[in-house]
Amino acid sequence: MSDTAAPRDGLSGVRGLALAHMWVGFALFAVASLLGVYQLFERDHVVRISAELYYQSTTLHGVVQAFVLTTFFIAGFGYAITAASLRRPIRRKGLAWLGFWTMLVGSLVAAVSIAAGKATVLYTFYPPMVAHWTFYVGAALLLVGSLAWTAITIAETVSWKRENPGRPVPLAQFGMTANAILWAWTLVGVVVEVVFQLLPLSLGLTPTIDVGLARALFSWTLHPIVYFWLIPAYVVLYSIVPRAAGGYLFSDEVGRIAFVMLLVISLPIGLHHVFVDPEQAAGWKLMHALGTFMVALPTLLTGFTIAASLETAGRLRGGKGLFGWIGRLPWNEPVALGGILALVALLPGGFGGLVNASYAMDVMVHNTAWITAHFHLILGGTVVTAYFAGAYALWPKLTGRRLSSRGLANAQLWMWFVGLLVLTVPWHWQGLLGMPRRVAYMPYDPAIVDRWTKWNPPMIVGGALMGLSSLLFVWVLFRTHGNPERETDPALHLSETVEPVVHVPAPLNGFAVWNWLLVVLMAASWAYPIGQFFSMTVHKALAWGFR
Amino acid sequence: MAIHPLERRWFVVSILLVLVMGLFVLYTAWAAGIHPPSNVEAIDSTRLHLTPEFAEDHLGVERTKDGTVVARIVMARYMVHPQEITLPADTPIVIRAASADVLHGLHVAGTNIGTQVVPGYVSEVRTTIRFDRVAAIGTANPDGSVTVPLFCNEYCGLGHQSMWGRVRVTKP
Ligand code: HEM
Ligand SMILES: [Cu+2]
Ligand SMILES: [Cu+2]
Repeated sequence: MSDTAAPRDGLSGVRGLALAHMWVGFALFAVASLLGVYQLFERDHVVRISAELYYQSTTLHGVVQAFVLTTFFIAGFGYAITAASLRRPIRRKGLAWLGFWTMLVGSLVAAVSIAAGKATVLYTFYPPMVAHWTFYVGAALLLVGSLAWTAITIAETVSWKRENPGRPVPLAQFGMTANAILWAWTLVGVVVEVVFQLLPLSLGLTPTIDVGLARALFSWTLHPIVYFWLIPAYVVLYSIVPRAAGGYLFSDEVGRIAFVMLLVISLPIGLHHVFVDPEQAAGWKLMHALGTFMVALPTLLTGFTIAASLETAGRLRGGKGLFGWIGRLPWNEPVALGGILALVALLPGGFGGLVNASYAMDVMVHNTAWITAHFHLILGGTVVTAYFAGAYALWPKLTGRRLSSRGLANAQLWMWFVGLLVLTVPWHWQGLLGMPRRVAYMPYDPAIVDRWTKWNPPMIVGGALMGLSSLLFVWVLFRTHGNPERETDPALHLSETVEPVVHVPAPLNGFAVWNWLLVVLMAASWAYPIGQFFSMTVHKALAWGFR
Repeated sequence: MAIHPLERRWFVVSILLVLVMGLFVLYTAWAAGIHPPSNVEAIDSTRLHLTPEFAEDHLGVERTKDGTVVARIVMARYMVHPQEITLPADTPIVIRAASADVLHGLHVAGTNIGTQVVPGYVSEVRTTIRFDRVAAIGTANPDGSVTVPLFCNEYCGLGHQSMWGRVRVTKP
């Protein structure tokens, strides 16, 4: 279990790269979180500025949280994991920096476009409503820039395998490689939509757009993108948290199975995002609905294995009895605490997801506050909380300084977690009562509106707690850079299993078979839903602004 | 491979769980015919007013010869046409809706009426409104009917929140 100290670790070679990526992500995350608090205020009339500002803010908040924070964090975290787990610095650093600057320029262009009021189209930018072309150019640059990370991650795994024949790729790198491949597949839909449909439309090169096709292409992307955000969170849970908690990873193979499943199952099921659209036939929706249930499997496996790993930690620390180990977990260790909270948030989040997937029940909650509550719970509760834990693990290693304050870090995690529950529980309830999402205010009959708005006050308290927590998070990281106390051990130690993993079967050590399987599955599940628009009568729609 | 027996058991339990849920959906789809609204029927959204079905004087509620109640609605920023419709409860009804401009959503609180309204397509929902459900959340009228809001539930531009109408639900 003991690592022979320093230089056999590649982290030192990616310090600047990893920190630059993650700092951009986290800084914008804090800004976007404050925008989220403003949105709650506007909706509950704590302030009343304008509906226009509400939608503008929600667009920026959604774009930053869903696309910018995630993509930057994943690339930075990914470089660190690749270097640490393969124990060598990454090659092609020039390409990595090119990717970084492309992503940064793209994000800023899109953000300025939104802030200037030229792109109030929300983060889903559904046509035939069009934004100013700069918005799409910015989005495209962000996506294209991220391909640098994708290519480097895959290339590093391939060359490492060639140099280490027969040895298992470390689980963390296996997960990040699954994510890189997933991302390449995921991007196809939205990139085709942006490049061939939205950009020409916004530049006035084409007068009309095939909306059904655009919606199909966007749903190709919209489901797997969630798993692109989630896999790095699972890498934190499998490869960082058990060790931080003082235990062992219960099983390395289950992690591999989960990553493969996430890759293969999350891609061919995107049609569930158009469950209540007219232009896709019910049979195809049903097929994608069944696949949607299967994607619960890797999460069920992960939940079990991580809980079991934490149990080994609690017992090693002297916990006894059925539940005694829980109290013995290192609750005052931010990395472990973040992991535990991320795991706990998965329970209500996963349950809500199954409701949405339920084909018939979805109509009831579609586009209500339930959906917003659900994805804040999954994204904020599991994904971002795991990112927090990952950052708390990495910052000391990347800066060479100890975390500025473990107490503040723990407080930050609890504030986020409690705030999130206080925000999303009433939000779910409002959704069940039929409250629509994405509205600046609600001019409807008081009889119905009052039933919803009486749940607003706790929501605001929860949101404000989260806003404060996001500032505290950035503060703790910022102060770490200047902490006089040095981190004595520069290596990032990844979790290990009790028995070392010496051999894994080829399909759990590479992706060739799985890519071929995906070719078949994607053809089977998308050829018709996309192809139909080229064979049926389609009336294209005119472009409209958002005013 | 080193997969713990406990994990194997959990694997089986998970698969069963997923299977049961999948079968449940299949069962409701097959036996009870519960599907989300699908209706691959193209229409030119720039010419709605020139079609026989969605010309303005044909909008609203019609009782066809075979007794079905059909409501025709046009969604266009930022209004629902017609602004108010009356529908009988506990009677099979058909909603047909089309968009004259961008993407909209149509949702009637307290009912299963919920569909995207995509320019270029006619959305169709077949359902029955349950009076007790709308009575629980709507505004009661002196004549015993209940009014519930019908709103656009897809962001369609800066006036989106103001895009709504009403459905008056009468006792059968
Ligand atoms: C301080 C914490 C946060 C607060 C107070 C907050 C609040 C809000 C509010 C009020 C909305 C508008 C909802 C609507 O109009 O339907 C919103 C939208 C959104 N939030 Fe957050 N949020 C927070 C954090 C996050 C995080 C961490 C993420 C993801 C990583 C996130 C992702 C999104 C997305 C993608 C939307 C766009 C939804 C849409 O366009 O319908 N938010 N948020
Ligand atoms: Cu609308
Ligand atoms: Cu609308």
